[in-house]
Amino acid sequence: MTDARTAILGRLRAGGGEGPLPPLDTAVMERRQWPPAERVARLRRGMEAVHTEFLDATPADWPAVVRAFCDREALPNLMFGPASEAGAALAAAWPAGGTQLLPYDRPVEAFKEELFTTVAAGFTGTVGGVAETGGLLLMPGPAEPRLLSLVPPIHLALLRASTLQDSLWHAVKALGWGRSLPPNALLISGPSKTADIEQTLAYGVHGPKRLIVVLVHDLA
Amino acid sequence: MHAEREILFRESAAAALLDPQLRANFRRAMDGLISKRQAQFPDPRDLQELRDLSTAIRSRSLLRLPELLEQLEASCTKNGIQVHWAETCEQANELILGLLQARGAKTLVKGKSMVSEEMHLNAFLEANGVEAIESDLGEYIIQLDGETPSHIIMPAIHKNKDQIARQFSQKIKDAKYTEDVDELTAMARKVLRQKFLEADAGLSGVNFAVAETGTLCLVENEGNGRMSTHVPPLHIAVMGLEKVVADLESVAPLYAILTRSATGQAVSTYFNLITGPRGADEKDGPREVHLVILDNGRSRIYADPELRATLRCIRCGACMNHCPVYTRVGGHAYEAVYPGPIGKILTPQMEGVGVRHDLVHGSSLCGACGEVCPVEIPIPEILVRLRREATHSDPGSQVAGKGTGRLASEDWTWRLWAAVLKRPALYRLATWFATRLGGALPAGVPLLREWTRTRTQPVPARRSLSERMRAEGGSHD
Repeated sequence: MTDARTAILGRLRAGGGEGPLPPLDTAVMERRQWPPAERVARLRRGMEAVHTEFLDATPADWPAVVRAFCDREALPNLMFGPASEAGAALAAAWPAGGTQLLPYDRPVEAFKEELFTTVAAGFTGTVGGVAETGGLLLMPGPAEPRLLSLVPPIHLALLRASTLQDSLWHAVKALGWGRSLPPNALLISGPSKTADIEQTLAYGVHGPKRLIVVLVHDLA
Repeated sequence: MHAEREILFRESAAAALLDPQLRANFRRAMDGLISKRQAQFPDPRDLQELRDLSTAIRSRSLLRLPELLEQLEASCTKNGIQVHWAETCEQANELILGLLQARGAKTLVKGKSMVSEEMHLNAFLEANGVEAIESDLGEYIIQLDGETPSHIIMPAIHKNKDQIARQFSQKIKDAKYTEDVDELTAMARKVLRQKFLEADAGLSGVNFAVAETGTLCLVENEGNGRMSTHVPPLHIAVMGLEKVVADLESVAPLYAILTRSATGQAVSTYFNLITGPRGADEKDGPREVHLVILDNGRSRIYADPELRATLRCIRCGACMNHCPVYTRVGGHAYEAVYPGPIGKILTPQMEGVGVRHDLVHGSSLCGACGEVCPVEIPIPEILVRLRREATHSDPGSQVAGKGTGRLASEDWTWRLWAAVLKRPALYRLATWFATRLGGALPAGVPLLREWTRTRTQPVPARRSLSERMRAEGGSHD
């Protein structure tokens, strides 16, 4: 389709009037800032409003908090990325018996059906959170595959309070996303939802039905 | 996709107005969306600043469009995303079919994409032996009934839950009748998860394409977009060529104003950034990602400095939510892929202003659309411009079908009018007849019936103003 490319770009070049680029005043984005403690409260409020659940934890006890949740919900299994930092820490602290830890350690083609039908929950870390609107920032990859936070009906995500950004605008800059990005990065603000039937909100339409944030309070 | 025949909005609109169920469904939905949007913009200063910034970002993108598209292509290619160009919908359809056939793909799951609607991709693929499954709940609902979207964000907004309940119980295997929205949603989830699992390929639209990083941004709430783009081995994304922006910093303000304007949400459930296929060590994600960049008349719109503003659109749908016409007639009456105010300016420019001239007149020019537009597209001004384009063949104009909406009867009326006004004696005679006999004209006579079709017949004054002036001793000075 080189011809189409040449024709399209040719038409655009012929039709484009050169003009001065209008200035960008980003003050409205810049001023959305909050002190660290307030960021946590804002994120929580925003995400709880769309049915996200929170579990409070400390830097030391969060694996136990995850385990207690799994016991309470009587989850048969929990899938995780063994090569990720959070995944390795979780596995190291996981007591035998009860909820089985399933490592996501091979290409999805090897167990796609199983992933869709028998995995009860997925556990991932996060690279930050967004205070303004509420939301988690994830960078899936080799250590934490993409479908871990999408296919299982429950998604447990580890969030450290110290990693919160003011807004997506600030996060893009702080994480250097503007310059280079992995094949996939995303923001998640709650469990999957829809309002396509009569504007009535329903949760868990395609992605996870529940999103559980394990919030590690690590602010000094 | 040029329309062959003249499509009359006033006829379909009149039919829609007689459907009380349809009107109730739209009224309720639009009222909800208006108040939810308003709640997201409590501070008028913030809103205006965000609109100004968003408008500037989109204007800058358009000013640098050819350069940014080339940069996008280069960045995507570097990331392993294969880029294709299509001048027409036919080309884009063939291209996608070729990609699917080369890989033996028989089933395609689709995230919501208005460009694919523009291409009529589903029908094309079905005719060529590929099953295309809509996975956005609203799109799935209308696909079951063989309908088209009636709103660009909420495609099934014209249906209420009783209608959907009946439809599911008839069309989904082993489904029982229920009007419970959670249960209906669960039924669709069950059917579609199986489709995601089995599909050979996935297709999505693109909300923003970032030139600098080669990233495709997808905004969604359901997770079907992520499913369609991450589960199958092949992901094809389609975008109109105007969707490109310079850098990721530019995306944040657009995303902020998009979700708030569209559904009154500060943030969507997912904001998915795709910058490449499955990496070397990755365990999931598509093996191949392809991006199809479609023109379909956009480069022609681009060539006109005034009409170019049409291409700033970020497809939020706020203009239709606030439109008094759209709210009353619904989306299908427009008989166009893009309904509502944005559709009224986009459709005639894509399909020809002659065959769709009725559309540019189907507006009260109240200005609500322009007032809420997050990127300040002057929709009312463009409507007026297109009304002129429909009846005039200005040499400098590149508008498709310019001048072809001119009616002989209208033409003759104006000629007659001019002839009368140029001759004082004739004018006085005409005025005398109009004032004395005008009220006695039957409402159905040609020309007058254009007025009386939807309005009360006017009763002329018994004497003209100049007659009264003369009688009362007034002077023209």
